[in-house]
Amino acid sequence: MKEQLAKIKSEAMTAFGAVASPAALDELRVRYLGKKGELTAVLKQMGRLSPEERPAMGALANEVRAALEEAIESAAKKLEEEALEARLKAESLDVTVPGKAPKLGHKHPMYRALDEIKDIFVGMGFTVLDGPEIELAQLNFDRLNAEEGHPSRDWSDSFYFDRDARVMLRSQTSPMQVRAMDSMPLPIRIIAPGRVYRKDEIDATHSPMFHQVEGMVIDKNVTMADLKGTLNLLAEELFGKGTVTRFRPHHFPFTEPSCEMDVQCHKCGGAGCPTCKGEGWIELLGAGMIHPNVLRMANIDPEEWSGWAFGMGLERTAMRRFKIADLRLIFENDVRFLEQF
Amino acid sequence: MNLSRKWLNEFVEIDAGDREFAEAMTLSGSKVELTHDMGGEISNVVVGRILSMERHPDSDHMWVCQLDVGREEPVQIVTGAWNIHEGDLVPVALHKSTLPGGKKIEKGKLRGVLSNGMLCSLSELGLDERDFPYGVITAAALLNDYHPIDPDKPSIPADIKPGDKVFGPVMCAGVANVSPSGDGKWECTLIRTENDGPCATTLLTDCQNLHKWDLVAYNTKTNTICTLADLHAEQKEFPHCIPDGIFVLQEDCKPGDDIKAVTGLDDHVVEFEITPNRPDCLSVIGLAREAAATFDKPCRFHQPEVKGGGEGVLPELLDVETPDPELCPRYTARMVRNVKIGPSPKWMRERLRAMGVRPINNIVDITNYVMLEYGQPMHAFDYRYVKGGKIVVRRAQDGEELTTLDGNVRKLNSNMLVIADDTRAVGLAGIMGGLNSEIVEDTVDVVFESANFDGTTIRKTALSLGMRTEASAKFEKGLDILNTLPAVNRACELVELLGAGEVLDGVIDILNYVPQPTVLKVEPDRINALLGTDVSENVMYTILQKLGFETTKERGMVKVPSWRGDVKEMADLAEEVARFYGYNNIPTTLMKGQTTLGGYSPEQKLEQALGCVCRSCGYDEIITYSFISPTWYDKIGWEADAPCRRSFKILNPLGEDTSIMRTTTLPSMLDILARNYNYRNKDVRLYELGRIYQPGGENGLANEAKVLTLGACGESFSFYDLKGTVEAILKDIRAEKVTFLPVADDPSYHPGRCAYFYSGSDMVGVLGQIHPNVAKSFGVDAELYCAELSLDELMNAKGADPEYVPLPKFPSVTRDIAVVCDEAVTVGALENAIRKGAKGLLKEVSLFDIYRGKGIDEGKKSVAFNLVLRADDRSLTSEEADEDVKSILAALERECGAKLR
Repeated sequence: MKEQLAKIKSEAMTAFGAVASPAALDELRVRYLGKKGELTAVLKQMGRLSPEERPAMGALANEVRAALEEAIESAAKKLEEEALEARLKAESLDVTVPGKAPKLGHKHPMYRALDEIKDIFVGMGFTVLDGPEIELAQLNFDRLNAEEGHPSRDWSDSFYFDRDARVMLRSQTSPMQVRAMDSMPLPIRIIAPGRVYRKDEIDATHSPMFHQVEGMVIDKNVTMADLKGTLNLLAEELFGKGTVTRFRPHHFPFTEPSCEMDVQCHKCGGAGCPTCKGEGWIELLGAGMIHPNVLRMANIDPEEWSGWAFGMGLERTAMRRFKIADLRLIFENDVRFLEQF
Repeated sequence: MNLSRKWLNEFVEIDAGDREFAEAMTLSGSKVELTHDMGGEISNVVVGRILSMERHPDSDHMWVCQLDVGREEPVQIVTGAWNIHEGDLVPVALHKSTLPGGKKIEKGKLRGVLSNGMLCSLSELGLDERDFPYGVITAAALLNDYHPIDPDKPSIPADIKPGDKVFGPVMCAGVANVSPSGDGKWECTLIRTENDGPCATTLLTDCQNLHKWDLVAYNTKTNTICTLADLHAEQKEFPHCIPDGIFVLQEDCKPGDDIKAVTGLDDHVVEFEITPNRPDCLSVIGLAREAAATFDKPCRFHQPEVKGGGEGVLPELLDVETPDPELCPRYTARMVRNVKIGPSPKWMRERLRAMGVRPINNIVDITNYVMLEYGQPMHAFDYRYVKGGKIVVRRAQDGEELTTLDGNVRKLNSNMLVIADDTRAVGLAGIMGGLNSEIVEDTVDVVFESANFDGTTIRKTALSLGMRTEASAKFEKGLDILNTLPAVNRACELVELLGAGEVLDGVIDILNYVPQPTVLKVEPDRINALLGTDVSENVMYTILQKLGFETTKERGMVKVPSWRGDVKEMADLAEEVARFYGYNNIPTTLMKGQTTLGGYSPEQKLEQALGCVCRSCGYDEIITYSFISPTWYDKIGWEADAPCRRSFKILNPLGEDTSIMRTTTLPSMLDILARNYNYRNKDVRLYELGRIYQPGGENGLANEAKVLTLGACGESFSFYDLKGTVEAILKDIRAEKVTFLPVADDPSYHPGRCAYFYSGSDMVGVLGQIHPNVAKSFGVDAELYCAELSLDELMNAKGADPEYVPLPKFPSVTRDIAVVCDEAVTVGALENAIRKGAKGLLKEVSLFDIYRGKGIDEGKKSVAFNLVLRADDRSLTSEEADEDVKSILAALERECGAKLR
C-alpha cells in the first residue's frame, strides 16, 4: 500500500507537470482525487490494515493527497497565467492607428483674443459692459468732445441712418465711456467690447465692421502712470512676458494727454522689418487721460476725479496674436481656418 | 505733410540721421510715417557736356557722343536718344553707377562701339516732367525715320527728297543747321528746292530731335515743322521720334557736378502724420518749432522785409469789404505791379518738389511756397480782372456759378463764401481761385490774398462741392489769425527776391476780430498728479518756453502762443510737459484706490456657457456682418410685405450688399454655410452669437436682441443631430417644460422638418432643415440645417441652480415595450400617453426603435420604448412593475390606439 501511494504520487506529479489545458487538468484531478479516483481507491483499502498500521498509513495518504492538491493548484495557476498571457498577446493593438476623435468646435480667433483680454481686466475688478451698436451721434461724438467738423463725423467716414446725422452706427466703442459715466456710480472700472463700423472698403487690413474693446477707469488720483502700468500688463499677458512697449503722443478729442501704445515688433525685435514696415514697432492701441470736458459733460468734477481710457482693435490684436496675414480670413469663416484655433 | 530737411535746416539745424530724426519727432508727438532719401539710389551720376556727336557707324539711329564730365579726358558714350545736341548739359551715369530701381550701369559695347556709361532721361533719375516742366520733349516727325506700316504701300516714298510734296502745303525739307535760341527753343534752317531752285527758311521750333541732314515735313502755310500728330502718324511709323529722351539740363551747373545736387535730389523728405488739433504743424515753421524743442536747438526765424516802392497808391487801387465778418475774421492783401511771369528759381522749385508740390510759375510758386513755409494758404489773382478795383468777401448767391481753377463749373449757395469783385465771384474763399482771375503768362498786376476764414464754412463748402484742397484742409482746422500779415509780407519779399515784380507800399488788413491771447495758470502739482510724475516746476517752464509759451508778469501764468489754439486748460499743458519730458519717462504704476468688484453679468455668463455647449457639440464659432443686402430677405423666402423686414437702413452704405441692419441672422449663417459647402468642406457645423437690429428701441435706436444661430451641413447630418444639440443646450441651462411643436408654414424651413420649441409657453426658437428653395437661392443643392435661439428667451428659460436629489437606494426594474400604431401618431404623443398611464413608478422613458416593414401593416409603425420603473422606498417586485406596464399599455391603446406588438 505504501508503494501504491508512492507510485500514485509520482505518476500524478508527472502528469500534472505536463498538463496543457484546464480541461485536461480537471480530468487528471478526477482520475486521482475524484470519488472513483486512484487515491480514493487506495484509501478504501485502509480498512484492511491493522489498527497499528492505520495511523501511519493514514498520515501518508493525507500527505499524498495534500501534495496532489497543491500540485493541481499550481498547475491551474500556471495554466491561468499562460492563458492570460496568450489573451493579452492576441489583444494587442496598433497604437499608432489614430484615435476616434469626438468633433470639438472652435472658438473664433477674434473671440479667443477678446476672452483673454476680458479675463485680464475682470481679474483687476473691471465690469464688462455691452451696449448698442446703433448709437446716437451725440454719444459717439459730441459727448466725447469731438466737435462738429471732426473728420470722423464725415459721411465719408461713418454710417448714418438719418439726414440729420442723429443716429449712426457707432464708429468706436468709446460711447460706452459716456454710457458708463451716465449710469454707474463712481469709481468706475469697465471694459466694453463690441462691434464698430467705419466706411472702409474690405481689404487685407480694413473692414467696414470690426471689433474694439474700450477700457475706462475713473477714480480719485488716477494717473497716466497707472494707465501705462495697466496697458503694459495687458501687453505682457497678450504677447508674453518681457514684451517691450512704447508710448507716443497722439491726439484723440476725448483724452488729454493722449497716446498710442506700440509693441516692439516680434519679428525683428525693433530693428525694422517688413512686418513692422521698417519701424521696429507695431501700433497696438490708443489711450489717454479722460479729457476734462468729457468728465464735465457727464457731471463729473475733473478737479476731484480723473480717469483714463483706452481703445484697441480686436481683429488686429488677434491677427498679431495668431499671425494671421489677411483680415478677410476673419470674416470669411472657412472652417479650415476656424479649426486652426 | 512732407518736410524737406534742407528747408527745415534753414530754421533749425539738426544733423540727426533720418531714422534718429524720425524716432525723436515721433516720440515728441509729430508722428513720422516714413523718410525718403530722394537721391538715395543714385550714385556716380554727374553732369556732362556734349562735346561732339557722330552717327554710329553701324546703326541707323544711335549716336556716339564725346562728353566732358569734368575730367581731363572726355568720355565716350553711345546713346539712342535723338533730342540732344552738341553743347547740351546732360546727366551722365558713369561706369559703375547706380540709378533708382536698383539699376546698375557699367561700361560695354553697343554694336561694337565702346560706351562708358549712359545718358539719363528724367524717368531714369526717378523724376518726371512735373519736376522739370522743361524736360518735356517735342519730337518732329523725321522723314528719314519713316517706317511704313505696310512696306508695299508707303505713305511717304523711301526716296523722298527736299522739295517733294508730302501732302497739301506740307513739303519735305532738309535740316541745314540747328542751334539753340535760348528759352528751350531751336533756330532751324531748312532747305528745299522750289521752282527748281534752292530755297532756305529759318524758323523757331520746339522740336528737340532735329539734327543736320535730317529730313522733316515742313508746313509752308504755317511755317512749322510737323510733329507726328500733325501728320496723323502712328508712333510705330516713326519709331525713333518719341516724346522721350535725355534730360537736357537748363540748370546752372557745370560738367562733373553731382546730379543729385543739380536736380535737388540731395534732399531728404520726411512724411508726417499731423493730427487735426495741430494745423500749425502743417508748415515748415511749425515743424521747425517742434524739431527745435525736440532736439533742444535754437530756432532762427526770419522777419520778412519788403522794400516796396512800386508805382501807385494801394488804397486807391484796391478796396476790400467783408460784409460777413464772422465768416472772414481777417483779410490781408498786398499788390504787386509789372510782374514778369516766368519759372521760379531752381532752389524754390526744388523745395516745392521735395514737399510734393508741382512748380508752375514764379507767382503761383510763391503762394505755394509761403503756404508750405507759414502754413497760411495764399491766393494770387490777376488785378485786371478785379472789376472796380474792389474785393468783396461775401456769401455766394443761391445758384451763383463760378468756374474754379480746375476748370469745373461750381454751383454755389448762400452757405458758401466767395471772393468777388464788384460784379461777380472771382474765387471760392479758402478753397480755390476762379478761372476768371487766374495768373496767366501776360499777367501784369497781382493781388496777394492772405486771409483767415471760418473753418466750418470752408469745411462744409469743400465737402458739399467735393473739392477738398490743400488750402481748405488747413482752413477747416482753424488757423492762426496772426499769421496772415507775416505770410503776405513773405510773399512780397519773395517777389522782390526773385525780381518778379514791383511791390506796392502798404497793406490792406481788415481785422474783424481781435484775438485775445489765452493765459493759463501753470499748476505743477496738478500736472504731476495727472501724469503720475515728479517733474519740477523749472523743467515745466523750460518745456513751455521752448514751445513759445511766454511767461507773464503775473507769476505762475503763461501766455499760450497764437498758433496753439488747441491749448485751453491744465490737461493741455500737462500734455505739453509730458511730450517733452518723454512719455516713456513717465513711470509705470498699478492702479491704486478703491477696489471694485468686477465680473461678468448673468447674461454674459449665459453666453459663455452657450458657447461651451456649442463647441463641445462640434460647432465652430463664426462672425458675420451685421449689415446685409435687402435681397437676402427674399432669399430666405420672406414675403415682400412681411413686417419683420422693417430694418434700419444705412443712408450712405458702402454698397447695396451692406445697406440694411439685419433683423434675422439666418441669411448670414446660410451665406457662410454656402461658402463652406462651395469650398467642399465636409461636416460643417457653425454657430454665431450675434445681434439682430429691430426698430422700436429707445431714443429712436434699435432693439438689439442677441440670437444664437446654429448651422450645419454634411452628408450624414440629420434633423435629429441638430435637435440633439438644441436639446443639449436646453438641458445645459436646465430649461423646464420644453416642448417641440411641428411647424409647416415657416417660409425659410422645410414644411415637414421644422419645429418651434418652447419652455413653458414662451417660444425659445426654431430649428429645422432649410427649405430646399432657400438653400438653392444660396447656391446649395444639399440639406442645410439651422436653428435660431433667442438669447433673451434662453435667459428666461434658464432653470434654477441644481439641488442635490438623493441617489436611488433601491434597484429599478426595466421593461421594453413595442407598440404598433398609425403612422400619424407622433412619438411625442406616445410618450405623453406612457407618462399619463404610469402609476408613479415610471422614472424614465426612452425611445429605442421605430420599425416599419415586414410584419407590420402598411400605414402602421412599431415603436419601441425602454421603461425604467422604481420605487423610492422599497425594492419593486416584478408583479408591481407588470401592474404599471399594464396600465401604461392601456393608456397607449386608449390615447393613441397603439397596441402591444
